[in-house]
Amino acid sequence: MLETIWFVLWGVLWAVYFMLDGFDLGLGALMPALAKSEQDKRVIYNAMGPFWDGNEVWLITAGGVTFAAFPGTYAVMFSSLYSALMLLLFALILRGVAFEFRGKVDSPAWKSIWDACLWLGSFLPALLLGVAFANIFMGIPIDQKGVYQGSLFTLLNPYGLLGGILFVLIFMTHGSLWLAIKASGELEARAQVMAKKIWPALLVVAVVFLAATWFYTRLWANYLSYLWLWILPLMAVAGLLLSRVFMAQNAWWKAWGASAVMIVGCTLFGVAGLYPNLLPSSLNPAWSMTVTNSSSSPLTLKIMLGVALVMVPIVLAYQTWAYVTFRHKITDQDLAYEEAY
Amino acid sequence: MDVLMLSRLQFAAATFFHFLFVPLTLGLSLLTAIMETRYVISGDQDYKRMAKFWGKLFLINFAVGVVTGITLEFQFGTNWSRYSQYVGDIFGSLLAVEATLAFFLESTFIAVWVFGWNKLSPKLHATAIWLVAIASNLSAYWILAANSFMQHPVGYVLRNGRAELDDFLAIVTQKWAVLEFVHTLSGAYILAAFFVMGVSAWHLLRNSEVGFFKKSFKLAAAWALVFSVFAAINGDLSGKEVAEKQPTKLAAMEGLWETTKAAPMYLLLWPDQKNARNSVQALPIPGALSFLAFGDFNAEVKGLKDFPVKDRPPVLPTYLGFRLMVGLGALFILVAIWAFLKRKDPQSSPKLLKLLPWLIPLPYLALEAGWLVAEVGRQPWIVWGMMRTADAVSPVAVSQVATTLVAFILIYGLLGAAAFWLIFRNARKGPAPVKAN
Repeated sequence: MLETIWFVLWGVLWAVYFMLDGFDLGLGALMPALAKSEQDKRVIYNAMGPFWDGNEVWLITAGGVTFAAFPGTYAVMFSSLYSALMLLLFALILRGVAFEFRGKVDSPAWKSIWDACLWLGSFLPALLLGVAFANIFMGIPIDQKGVYQGSLFTLLNPYGLLGGILFVLIFMTHGSLWLAIKASGELEARAQVMAKKIWPALLVVAVVFLAATWFYTRLWANYLSYLWLWILPLMAVAGLLLSRVFMAQNAWWKAWGASAVMIVGCTLFGVAGLYPNLLPSSLNPAWSMTVTNSSSSPLTLKIMLGVALVMVPIVLAYQTWAYVTFRHKITDQDLAYEEAY
Repeated sequence: MDVLMLSRLQFAAATFFHFLFVPLTLGLSLLTAIMETRYVISGDQDYKRMAKFWGKLFLINFAVGVVTGITLEFQFGTNWSRYSQYVGDIFGSLLAVEATLAFFLESTFIAVWVFGWNKLSPKLHATAIWLVAIASNLSAYWILAANSFMQHPVGYVLRNGRAELDDFLAIVTQKWAVLEFVHTLSGAYILAAFFVMGVSAWHLLRNSEVGFFKKSFKLAAAWALVFSVFAAINGDLSGKEVAEKQPTKLAAMEGLWETTKAAPMYLLLWPDQKNARNSVQALPIPGALSFLAFGDFNAEVKGLKDFPVKDRPPVLPTYLGFRLMVGLGALFILVAIWAFLKRKDPQSSPKLLKLLPWLIPLPYLALEAGWLVAEVGRQPWIVWGMMRTADAVSPVAVSQVATTLVAFILIYGLLGAAAFWLIFRNARKGPAPVKAN
């Protein structure tokens, strides 16, 4: 029971991480396409400014919770995905300092270095997270000792790559919607057009991904046994469709909200399909890392649950407050602000 | 080289680099919070400008600290998966608590602080930097409690082929953790104080922004004195804790091979691990080692030869690291006294002002040396007496670790150069001029 609660929390943490960091990863990946001037770039940086760091902590927490609640899975998953994970970390390092360093020297060459880091550090994590999760949904070649019998290239199979493309498109949509909320004038219009342009591609890839999921993974088994789980994929589909409806109505906050619902639905769809596995073995289902064979002791799970039940609502409360405080459109005054990015 | 050695080098590189940025974050966040609080209370614009100027240097430093911290959390899984599996029940939960309790607070409110100067009331804005400072220092407690478990495991039971949690409070409140926390924090505050004094001295010597930097100097000089004395007292207590719980580490710190009663401390010493002796050993202070370790000049101190060769840590780095840390610690006290005496009018002593900027790197060196002693001195154990480092490493390929090690060195090298160059540049530029309005 405790293990199952933690499994749900584990899925929710990843879902919240993708929902929040998704928009700033997507926006970073789109910056070269959206920004025509230094002014535009600064609007984009400052649109993410007060949020990206807090968003990234959800990744740290998701990682930390994997370690705390399912150390067996943490150990096998992270050592199996060694190269992919390291690439992800290097990308996030360059991205994080890009925010802080870029504006500190007034030189176009200096700025363009960090712009490149922001782009790479946004695009690569979006892609890698998609590749990684698609592979987790499908299962990876781990043997009975939890030793990975593949390489970085094993992960770059058609289904994994499809997952990567899906994540990139989801995050890009999410990011353009965020910019449509935060920017004004021409940049705002460009962000709106961008969201509308990416959406059909996202729809196609999402449909292909769902179909491929039927053939490549065993996620459907749970959906055939537990019909109420269908609410999760339905959530994803509803979010996807509604986001387009709201775009047509020029209701950009609602469109972003619908996109957030889609991301949460998508993530939980995959996670719920995995249960009771956290990391299936493609070699032999008996070698999979599951909620029972990889979890922490009941005492640890209990203490951690207490911490989570108290702290996560508090975190959500102050992060929401921060979002509300800085929800306004970026103005010239914001760019002239001494501490702005 | 094998995966074990490469993984150790990689983890060492990643932690040493991370710790170049952590102490200034811990210390400068608090100093900035104090400065801003003074502004809120007194309305003195100088203190607001101080919070902004030192805060800016803090932010550059903070960014690198944050991003290099993320990689550490994940490296336990990538490179030390067998360790993670064996002690994850305990170690993982401490890291997860750190994230939920501290990282969120720190990362959310640092952004509120940066972007909120005009959006929040002065009091609320000052609260934001206090939350950042408290959260940073709180996060240090959790990570150091986790490290303390590796140094001196308590509150666990061996069950199901791993170490499982038995008593959470025992782990979090053990003496080792408290000592390690206080010692690390004192070191961090010394570093921040010498940083602020060094930068201030540079400007005072050039008569730029005299009022501004005199105020900064005064605050930092008091900190330097308080915490350098504090670190020494706490260091003595920590040493006694090591003597009791990690006798091999203590013996390596002092290059002691034979178990000795009334053990002297040699001022000059060079250990030779291969032959289990010291190739140089001169100028003894009788009974000093016994006294420092056990508070008794006649106490018996265990030598390394009492332990099997496979249980001995690398002696030379442990010994040198310890000597360096202690020597620098003594120097900090002397300089801090000097600075404290001149705190009201530091410009009356150009010698002091000329010296201080050059001392900025020394606390960095002392802190890294301290970690070298703690971590290398703990070898061959990853968890003292429970798990050997050699049994902890991941089943990954040599080529993988070799590649990422090179990547770490390249990326961190460039990043470190960029960060210190930016800090240096902004520190030299001084605070933004007062706006005429």
